[in-house]
Amino acid sequence: MFRVTHQPIDLNEMVRYVTDPEAGAIATFIGTTRNNNEGRKVIALDYEAYPEMAEKELARIGADAARKWQICRMAIAHRLGPVQIGEASVIIVVSSAHREAAFAASRFAIEEIKKTVPIWKKEVYEGGEVWIGTQTGQEFKTK
Amino acid sequence: MKVRVKFFAILRERAGTAEVIKDLGDGSTVAELWRGLQKDYPKLDVPGIRLLYAVNQNYVGLDHRLSEGDEVVFVPPVSGG
Repeated sequence: MFRVTHQPIDLNEMVRYVTDPEAGAIATFIGTTRNNNEGRKVIALDYEAYPEMAEKELARIGADAARKWQICRMAIAHRLGPVQIGEASVIIVVSSAHREAAFAASRFAIEEIKKTVPIWKKEVYEGGEVWIGTQTGQEFKTK
Repeated sequence: MKVRVKFFAILRERAGTAEVIKDLGDGSTVAELWRGLQKDYPKLDVPGIRLLYAVNQNYVGLDHRLSEGDEVVFVPPVSGG
């Protein structure tokens, strides 16, 4: 299950999805929206995606993780639209026979999401707003 | 030939539109399309921005040749997570 959604993400549903009798571990990673960034007070956040490609890239990350580690099942959901401070913006769940693979695949997935998945975050401050990343540029090689 | 260009995030705001159909010469590249769009929408030229290029939802290089009906997205720096 690899998706973007305008609805709050249901962690329990995702955990049920990766629950597997072969698994001895389920790792969950929850990215949450922070009320500050680089010294500025963030009052609101808004996520936008190129949805068809974002879901395709999330699935690609899942396939890459399955090649690198022995995982049972994996699911990633990323929130879109306005997100309240402290809510989950992204949830990654991975089940595996042994814990190392679940931890490693989860870490890999969040790092890849930040590099290649076409999702953009706008932070709104008192007196301004910015699309995160447009000030710093990005490093990425096409395959 | 015609291609469909979709704009997102900062480029959508700069262009003032989410989507445009662009008529190009056969065999035009992503780079040529981008130069044409910057003429149509001068505000697309964001100083210092590093873009990625997607055609039909796959990342490609600037020299990728376009085909009739392609969906092209100029991907501003991603910031999900």
